[in-house]
Amino acid sequence: MGRTLAEKVWDDHVVRRAEGEPDLLFIDLHLLHEVTSPQAFDGLRQAGRQVRRLDLTIATEDHNTPTLDIDKPIADPVSRAQLETLRKNCADFGVRLHPLGDVEQGVVHVVGPQLGLTQPGTTVVCGDSHTSTHGAFGALAFGIGTSQVEHVLATQTLPMARPKTMAITVDGELPDDVTAKDLILAIIAKIGTGGGQGYVLEYRGPAIEKLSMEARMTICNMSIEAGARAGMIAPDKTTFDYIEGRAHAPRGEDWDAAVEYWKTLKTDEDAVFDAEVYIDATTLAPFVTWGTNPGQGAPLSAHVPDPASYEDASERHAAEKALEYMGLTAGQPLRDIKVDTVFVGSCTNGRIEDLRAAASIVEGRKVADGVRMLVVPGSVRVSLQAVAEGLDKVFTAAGAEWRHAGCSMCLGMNPDQLAPGERSASTSNRNFEGRQGKGGRTHLVSPQVAAATAVTGHLASPADLSDAPVTAGV
Amino acid sequence: MEAFTTHTGRAVPLRRSNVDTDQIIPAHWLKKVTRDGFEDGLFEAWRKDPQFVLNRPERQGATVLVAGPDFGTGSSREHAVWALQNFGFKTVVSSRFADIFRGNSLKNGLLTVVLDQKVVDALWELTESDPQAEITVDLRDRQVRAQGITADFELDENARWRLLNGLDDISITLRNEPDIAAYEAKRPSYKPRTVRV
Ligand code: SF4
Repeated sequence: MGRTLAEKVWDDHVVRRAEGEPDLLFIDLHLLHEVTSPQAFDGLRQAGRQVRRLDLTIATEDHNTPTLDIDKPIADPVSRAQLETLRKNCADFGVRLHPLGDVEQGVVHVVGPQLGLTQPGTTVVCGDSHTSTHGAFGALAFGIGTSQVEHVLATQTLPMARPKTMAITVDGELPDDVTAKDLILAIIAKIGTGGGQGYVLEYRGPAIEKLSMEARMTICNMSIEAGARAGMIAPDKTTFDYIEGRAHAPRGEDWDAAVEYWKTLKTDEDAVFDAEVYIDATTLAPFVTWGTNPGQGAPLSAHVPDPASYEDASERHAAEKALEYMGLTAGQPLRDIKVDTVFVGSCTNGRIEDLRAAASIVEGRKVADGVRMLVVPGSVRVSLQAVAEGLDKVFTAAGAEWRHAGCSMCLGMNPDQLAPGERSASTSNRNFEGRQGKGGRTHLVSPQVAAATAVTGHLASPADLSDAPVTAGV
Repeated sequence: MEAFTTHTGRAVPLRRSNVDTDQIIPAHWLKKVTRDGFEDGLFEAWRKDPQFVLNRPERQGATVLVAGPDFGTGSSREHAVWALQNFGFKTVVSSRFADIFRGNSLKNGLLTVVLDQKVVDALWELTESDPQAEITVDLRDRQVRAQGITADFELDENARWRLLNGLDDISITLRNEPDIAAYEAKRPSYKPRTVRV
């Protein structure tokens, strides 16, 4: 019988298989950041162990880094301690680190792909749930806990139980105004935040094949929000073109051998998935969340749902709680929801294509009065590229704040936070209570919707702006 | 990880059920960047009360925690286990543990022993009336012994073997080092590297 993409990559990494035990998998790439690594290094130290494969390990700073005044000492003692600890650990153990101020610094899931380290058919792990992002390249990429981080540092392997596989087939073509973010929000709303539990998701079908690499990363990034272990997309010419020439891409004969292998990484015709879901791309529209988990979303043109309309008691209860926290009333048009803050950034939508999309909408327009728009590139490289294209000027001319790279308001571990009761339209991936600051209210949106929302002051899509063109400089 | 064969020590009777991991080690302790130094955070809220059993002079140096049912529920934080170990506990006895806490404890070499509530009650009575009373937890014989009390307990063979030999996950994996080396030797040269070595 044929095998799925996930099964092929899995099988190619089995170091040891024994009856009644989880498989021991080899890890090709281990990404580290300051939040989940300290105790792992401490464990190594206590046991007198070394990092087994420094050449498969890389660290950067992202969660705690400030996006303003990056040359000044970090004010928050906890953030500072975490960053200093990572620096000391990397120095002590010899791990390559890209600290704040370095040109390769950025959100760990933006940095790996842009260096060309994330490649098809590899296993990638990081002590962070959004490691699923790297699956966009046909890599098997898992978020892991701190004790697993220590295990990988010491052994370059992980004992893991084989996951089940789920195909998510997106047929047809996405309408022009529908982005990868809208698609993944719609998928999560359909299968639920627990729908992917125990599975590796494989996104496939014509609509997926047409997506750019960065759009594919947006999709795979949010697999975890559907509860999945990982998300994957089969590598193709789009993937190979994206990798070719990057700092760590294979070269010469290695490139040819790699591409030959990568081409085999497709689910076989006769392979059987443990579960299958179908989505008709043509029915989709810009999508936003109204609740406090990423599955509580609806098309922008819809209304805040009535909790009473849910048959399932626990869903009804969750919706009631969410509306209360979000300060919304059932039946309210989603378009009427006013925001205080717009955040463009994160490992979901903080790459150059995302910034270009947002800039093209705010260009020649103004951020609405009373709205704060924060643009935070996913990495220093993304930032430099944006500056080279003049996007920073477009944002600042519109009245937005152009910041330094990092996780920033995606989780508010640094000073970029919502105040209690404040409401944001955010291109990040989690709208949990307090995620962007205690009492903050988050609506997950695409970069396009974020930009249009910044201009109008309420949830909006670019189409809402079309009859109100504004000339530059106004 | 330290091996656990048999341990004898004085006890702390903790007559509370549903002690969750937030009570064992409150969330603000999670900001620490080491695995040790959590002893002062253990049961932090309750320790503000000088009468709390852990604060009593006669309990100093005790190494066996005898807890109520459903110990270790709530968040999966491994820090709860570290806090108990940092404080000096070698073993925790209860009639029921939360799954994740139990997994974390056995992985870290803290032996969690499940006994009938009747036996737990007897241990409470014994150690409350005589703070000097010692409890022996014998993993070889899977038996708990104290004055007038003998009770067998269950532990799956794999967890028992690991504890008896002091094997953590990493040392178990490293027993298969030749397999890892063999895999590494045949990895293709086109695979990415972060640094040249
Ligand atoms: S950008 Fe957000 S989701 Fe991504 S790694 Fe940072 S905190 Fe996590």
